[in-house]
This record gives sequence, C-alpha cells and structure tokens, in this order.
Amino acid sequence: MIRPDWHIVGQWITPKSRVLDLGCGDGALLSHLIERRQVSAVGLELDDDKVASGIERGLNIIQEDLDSGISDWFAPMSFDFVIVSQTIQAMRHPERLLADMLTIAREGIVTFPNMGYWRNRVQLGLLGHMPINRALPNPWYNTPNIHLCTLSDFESLCHELGIQILDRAVVDSAHRESTLLRALPNWFGEHAIYRIQRKA
Amino acid sequence: MSDASEKLTQSGLSRSVGIVEPKTARFSEPLALDCGRSLPSYELVYETYGQLNAERSNAVLICHALSGDHHAAGFHAETDRKPGWWDSAIGPGKPIDTDRFFVVCLNNLGGCKGSTGPLSIDPVSGKPYGPDFPIVTVKDWVHSQYRLMQYLGLSGWAAVIGGSLGGMQVLQWSITYPDALAHAIVIAAAPRLSAQNIAFNEVARQAIITDPEFYGGRYAEHNTLPRRGLMLARMLGHITYLSDDAMRAKFGRELRSGKVQYGFDVEFQVESYLRYQGTSFVDRFDANTYLLMTKALDYFDPAQASNDDLVAALAEVKAHFLVVSFTSDWRFSPERSREIVRALLASGKQVSYAEIESNHGHDAFLMTIPYYHRVLAGYMANIDLASTPRGASSPVCSTEGAV
Repeated sequence: MIRPDWHIVGQWITPKSRVLDLGCGDGALLSHLIERRQVSAVGLELDDDKVASGIERGLNIIQEDLDSGISDWFAPMSFDFVIVSQTIQAMRHPERLLADMLTIAREGIVTFPNMGYWRNRVQLGLLGHMPINRALPNPWYNTPNIHLCTLSDFESLCHELGIQILDRAVVDSAHRESTLLRALPNWFGEHAIYRIQRKA
Repeated sequence: MSDASEKLTQSGLSRSVGIVEPKTARFSEPLALDCGRSLPSYELVYETYGQLNAERSNAVLICHALSGDHHAAGFHAETDRKPGWWDSAIGPGKPIDTDRFFVVCLNNLGGCKGSTGPLSIDPVSGKPYGPDFPIVTVKDWVHSQYRLMQYLGLSGWAAVIGGSLGGMQVLQWSITYPDALAHAIVIAAAPRLSAQNIAFNEVARQAIITDPEFYGGRYAEHNTLPRRGLMLARMLGHITYLSDDAMRAKFGRELRSGKVQYGFDVEFQVESYLRYQGTSFVDRFDANTYLLMTKALDYFDPAQASNDDLVAALAEVKAHFLVVSFTSDWRFSPERSREIVRALLASGKQVSYAEIESNHGHDAFLMTIPYYHRVLAGYMANIDLASTPRGASSPVCSTEGAV
C-alpha cells in the first residue's frame, strides 16, 4: 500500500533525479520513488535492523548518525532532492540539518508530526498532559521525538535560516488531504510536508 | 559428493562445503611486477566451492588477508580440526551462498601455502627464492588474480570480496579492472595504511630480521627458522587484531596458577594465549612471506597515482560497493572505511556502508555476527547475475566437477 504522503512527495520529485533520504528507515519510500520516479537513490539510516532491510531491498544505504553531521559525507549539490521524512523532530540539531541539507541538494522535502494538531492541543492545553496518539505514540520520558514543533514554528525557523518554502501539504492521520485541512492547517494537519529551498 | 563429505553432512555440518581439494594453476607467461622485476613463470594454488553456472556469471573471488590462504571454506580431510578461515561466511545457505555462487579463493603470490613464493625454487638459481623473492604489491596480486580468472575461463566476477588486506585487493580490482567485476565488497579495510599501522608492521619486521636465526632470510640454508622473531611478530599482530574489551572479556587479569609468582614466566592467561598463538604460527607460516605481506600492506596506496586524491583514483570504477567496518576495530577503524565510502559517494558510485557493533576488534570480520552476516547475505542476494561482466575469453582449463 502506498501512503498518501509518499504520493505527495513522489509528485514533487522530478523523474530520474538524484535523491537522498536522511533517516530512510527500511527504505520503503526510496523503493517507491525508484519504482515510480526512476530516481537514483541513497539512504542514510542509523538503526541496524533498518539498514539491513534497506540493503535487502537492494538499496544504497549508508549507516550513519544524522546528528554527527551529513556535510562530511556528501559534496555540495551532489543531489537534486534531500528528503527528511518524520525524522527532524528526533534530531539534536534540527536547524543544522536544515541548513546542511540545502548545501547538499537544490531542494529539500521535510515531513514531521504537527504539534499544533488539535488533538495535541487538547491533550496538553485542556487535559494537561503531553500528547500521546497515533502520530506521537511515545511517553515523554521515552521518545525519540525531542524537538517537536508546529507548522508556524517550522515556518519561522525557515524564515530565520533564509529558507524559502516552495510547497506545503498537510494531511490527517490517514495521510489524506481535505478542505478543512487547507483552511486551518495548523489545527487540523496531523502531519506536515514541506518542499523548501535556499533563498536566492 | 565423496563419502567423507557425506559423513560431514551427516555429522551436522550440513552448511559446510564439505571436503575440498586445492588445485594448482601454472602460468608460463612472465608477470611484470611493480618493483621492476618480473616472475618468469609461477603457480597459483586455489580452491573453488559451488558450481559455475552455464552462463559463467556466478563466479565470486575471495581475497585473503595477511596470514590467510586459499583454504577459505570446508575441510581438507575428515580429520581436520578446523575448517577454512572464512567458513563462517562461505557455504550452502551462508552469506556467500555456494548454492548460488561459484566461489574461488587463491593463495597470493609470495605466499607460503603452495603458490609461488619464497619457499619455491627459483628457476634461475635452482635454489629456494628465500629473501630473493621479489617484493609483490596488491596491484601485482590483482594482475595475477586476473590471469587466474582467465585461466578459469571467466570473463568477470559477480563479486570480488575481501577483509583487511583482502579488502585492499578488492578496492584495487575495482580500479585496475573496472570492467571485470560487478560488485566489490570491502570489509574492515582502509584506502591506505596510517603511520601507526606501518609502525606496527615495522616492529614485526624488525622482530624477524633481528632474530639471529634469520640469516638475512636464508634460514632454510642453515636448517633453522627465525622462530622467536616470527613468534614476536605474530604476538604483536594479535594484540592489534583484538580490542581492549575483547581481551578483557577473554582473559581479564586471570592467572594460570591462581597467584603471582614474581617472575618472568607465563603467569597471566593472556601471556599464555599470545605465546600459544605465536608458537603455533611459526609452524604454519614462513618468515619471508610474513615480511612480504606486511610490505604489500605498507605500499598499498591507490590514490598515490592521482595526487593523493582517492576520488580521482576511483573515477573509472564501475562496480557497486558494499563497505563494512567494525566499531572496536582500531587497526582498520570505521573512520578508514568511511574514507572509502565518502570517496565513492563523491565520485558518484553506488555504495552501501554498514558499521557493525562488535567488541572483537579487527578479527570481527571473520566472526559470525548476526547483523554483519545479515548485511552480507542481503547484499549478496541482491546481486543480479545478469550484470556480471561478459567477454569472449574462453576456458583454459575445465571447471567441471569442481567441488
């Protein structure tokens, strides 16, 4: 089954382009992009099990910790697209990654769970506890998600870093788009998907 | 299948290639060497495991490390205590699956296990080469391995695989014969040795050369062996192949007799282990070969010809790479493997890199570590035999009935 957010990412990726997926997991998205967009793909992943899965899929996988810096690994502009899917909120230095990824590639695609989603707001604002739900399943003391943000937080960081937002899509928990989402994305978007580039 | 290998199968070694027999290939065309000399003729001893397919597209070359040889898997006799040096990874259903691949492993030139080396007779003098055997380099080995490939009637390898010094040969293959291999698997290697590594080799060489029984390498003529020197060289090497953690786990500060003796005899278990490793090595390895192998390591530097630019050196490479390193390997640390990976990426090559958590040091590359073997097996399983290079070279010898 193809997740709708992959469908959106796939639409943004030019066929036959060079794609780097940072935190590529088991490589499912890269496999999807190779199949649909005939891209040449490289994935970075730290987890042993996921690295092995990616290699078993026949993908090019580099085992590395994203937090230790990616600019050492890749030459400037060696890719057309860098994807950071559901990973940035788990980074120690998300702002460094955003800056680095746009030195490696022309365009970046970033997806993350939206902390401003209404259910998260209800759990924190009304019920007074850290959100636990499908998008954020872990308790506060044992979660990889250490740098959660809302759509507007992310957009102001981009502004600060001189990053231009080319496209934005928000989807609900089933990774679908809807009218409500388009009207009040920071309330009803459970996941955000951005296409970004460095300002000229 | 012979009776003996059937017995091995029955005795629970069903994932073994069974009983194997070394073969010898003779080459009469001179081989020009990096050092300026040439070998007028030479022999390479090799073993094969698995069956070559009809398309001749499933051959895999295994390159051995410093003290390795052609006996990578299986047993020579039913009574053998130990299988070949990389039996953990080569065999039916193993990561380098002999049900799918035709695996070739040879003893390199300058070796002491049957291929032409210091123990062989120099046709000019009629005496063993001894110290007069020319210095051979990784590139010389690759040239000789290419000739073995032709001898076997192969026009290319599905993969060339090696660890440590073997990994260096793989890297050299991809540079020197870019059209002859589809995949390169480089394990626990480095693009060249560090000063520290060369220093260890130099101490090992000095231990051998300064042994009074060395006689300038002509110990055979004096009916002796530089036992102490070779033993010291091996002991030193062994320390660098293990990690601090591995030695602590294996020996700690355990005493053989339970209490200290205030003397210089063997007291700690680690001393006993090292002495055993050293003395048993003397019985199975030649000192002149050891010197040659360490020199081949020291000289290896494929980027040198490209102004020390590894990216440029890799420009013509066509093989897809898998690079593997081990976290506690300080002789060939993960950082050295990352240098190779970064250069491959920078020159736009296809590469995967796995860093295996292990406390076994450099020796980890020979061990059955589940994640390591999963990566190796996963990579091998994805090799498309249709992409194996094909040329028009015809067989010089028959590979029918190869074990």
